[in-house]
Amino acid sequence: MNIIICLKQILDPEIPVRDFRIGPDKREAVRGNANLVTNIFCENALETALQLRERTGGKITALAFGAESAEDTLRKALAMKADEAVLVLNDGHPHPDPFTVAQVLAAAVRKIGACDLVMTGRESGDWGSGQTGGLIAEELGLPCISFVDHIEARGEGTDASLFVKRQTDNGWELLNAQPPLVVTITNNEFNVPRIPKTRDIMISARQPITKWTLEEIGVNAAEVRAGQSYYEVVDLAIPAKDVACQFVSGDTLEQKVENLAQRVIEVTRSL
Amino acid sequence: MNDVAICLFAESGYDRAAQGVIGAGRRLAGTLGGRLHAITIGTHNPELNVRIAAVADSVISADQVELAEYQPELCLDALAQLCGELAPKAVLLSNDTYSQELAPRLAHKLGGSAVGDGIELIAQDGAIRVKRSVYGGKAVATIELKRSPAVIWLRARAFEADSAGSASVATVRQTRLNLPSGDRTRIIERKAESTGEARLEDARVIISGGRGLGGPEAFKDLQELAGLVGAQVAASRAACDSGWYPPSWQVGQTGKKVAPGLYLAVAIRGASQHMAGISDAKVIAAINIDPDAPIFKHCQFGIVEDYKKVIPLLREKLAALQK
Ligand SMILES: Cc1cc2nc3c(=O)[nH]c(=O)nc-3n(C[C@H](O)[C@H](O)[C@H](O)COP(=O)(O)OP(=O)(O)OC[C@H]3O[C@@H](n4cnc5c(N)ncnc54)[C@H](O)[C@@H]3O)c2cc1C
Ligand SMILES: Nc1ncnc2c1ncn2[C@@H]1O[C@H](COP(=O)(O)O)[C@@H](O)[C@H]1O
Repeated sequence: MNIIICLKQILDPEIPVRDFRIGPDKREAVRGNANLVTNIFCENALETALQLRERTGGKITALAFGAESAEDTLRKALAMKADEAVLVLNDGHPHPDPFTVAQVLAAAVRKIGACDLVMTGRESGDWGSGQTGGLIAEELGLPCISFVDHIEARGEGTDASLFVKRQTDNGWELLNAQPPLVVTITNNEFNVPRIPKTRDIMISARQPITKWTLEEIGVNAAEVRAGQSYYEVVDLAIPAKDVACQFVSGDTLEQKVENLAQRVIEVTRSL
Repeated sequence: MNDVAICLFAESGYDRAAQGVIGAGRRLAGTLGGRLHAITIGTHNPELNVRIAAVADSVISADQVELAEYQPELCLDALAQLCGELAPKAVLLSNDTYSQELAPRLAHKLGGSAVGDGIELIAQDGAIRVKRSVYGGKAVATIELKRSPAVIWLRARAFEADSAGSASVATVRQTRLNLPSGDRTRIIERKAESTGEARLEDARVIISGGRGLGGPEAFKDLQELAGLVGAQVAASRAACDSGWYPPSWQVGQTGKKVAPGLYLAVAIRGASQHMAGISDAKVIAAINIDPDAPIFKHCQFGIVEDYKKVIPLLREKLAALQK
């Protein structure tokens, strides 16, 4: 099983609200002191891929489209034990629309070659478009299954068959699929990303990363650099909302909880 | 070319989400000066179709054997054919699993643009713009769709239902589409995990637990508490990732978007991604040991205590007050 997994580097999504700023052009967040991290769902996807490889063998290629800094995301993937890494360098729009991203990633997948499974996260923690996986599938003419949290492979070569479990609004579904296929991955208790070993982090620092320019992967580089033929961000604002919390009063814990219970009943009765 | 198409899955029926999509569609069609076409997919649902027919200008029921149950590739093909024929300016869907799965691909097939989880639609000077929450709920972006049709999946419960209705009742047309055989993916098993009929999205009261609960046992206590006030129990992502509660009960940006009258967060920090799921809650309250927990910034009321001390007492008090 040859797996290509798409990883996106993003502004740390867990920075507190009070540290979050927007740039003067009202199109982008300001990085400030925040770290750049790998999108969590991409790591859930890599974890799912690693477990699949442990059961059925195969090769995992980590693929990112981003600035030079995205090398860190790929090095971490290598440290988690992805086999190879490819970075397509983005020297254009810092947040290209999802169609642009999908075009680039699909072109890179074609250039990498033999691939049974393309994996993406369900959505990214910054702009969270939740579209890239589906659009890659369309670009490559492949089927797509979303919100997947577990994959089993049976058979080999042309007989290979995948059993894909995915979350739905009220439970789950099991799908049978023939590769090649695109899946988008969501979190569950079994794909919490592993922590790379110190030794593997050191090894990964010296591993080669293949780097391609937009010209090298055969896309319309000018259109990709402009990055907004599909949609354009015209405004970005921070919603104002701070409610003053009334902490329940009372001299003893019992009194406080009594007051809490009363407030709860008040609200539920008014519904 | 100024028409709007809405796509709904018959299986979900005429629920609050469907009402939001229908209402949003009616208003957008009005602004654009176009007609409203409705497509329902799956086994003919008389109630849904009658309700839609009272609001839309045309209704297509995509009810044929191949579509009776959702299959991603077949449904996508059907929607692409139907929307292709209607050539609308906008296509609206809800934000259920299936709609989210298909919307971007549908846009691609139609040569249009998609954007998701919209909380506001703006049609101005021929352009369609959508407001959506980004950066895990820390900011709201306005996005302009550049290609037509604009395929938009909505945070459906954030939209009002239609109150007026159309002048006449539309006839419901049945489809007979040519759909490809031998689809490359097939759903072979379905399982609902919800306890009973109640859906988190429709719950009036939700008691939700986070990582601070420290283990799955405490969720049993929350359930007992919930029983006393007719609440549903939900969880934060951290609690679901720990395996303490099933992922279909995760609330937040990537979980359920809920709108209860009361949301009681127990041992939940209040990360922006969690809050993104409860922005429509009327009253938020919290039990947290940390007075500086961000959750309190969103609360009407709360208590700073160890939940272990609060829950047993609260159960007692609520039981007494309910008598
Ligand atoms: C792209 C993306 C999507 C995400 N989607 C979601 C989502 O849909 N839903 C979601 O919930 N999260 C989501 N997250 C994760 C989110 O950022 C937080 O990590 C998560 O919500 C934290 O969960 P928590 O508050 O339960 O845990 P923690 O952050 O660990 O907080 C635990 C809280 O419990 C309190 N506590 C500890 N002990 C006690 C005690 N004895 N009594 C009372 N209080 C106690 C602590 O003070 C603390 O406030 C997402 C993150 C990303 C990046
Ligand atoms: N620039 C990128 N490089 C690699 N993968 C990406 C990139 N952008 C998006 N993806 C993939 O698409 C998923 C969903 O992102 P999005 O559609 O932006 O919400 C991510 O989890 C990644 O797997």
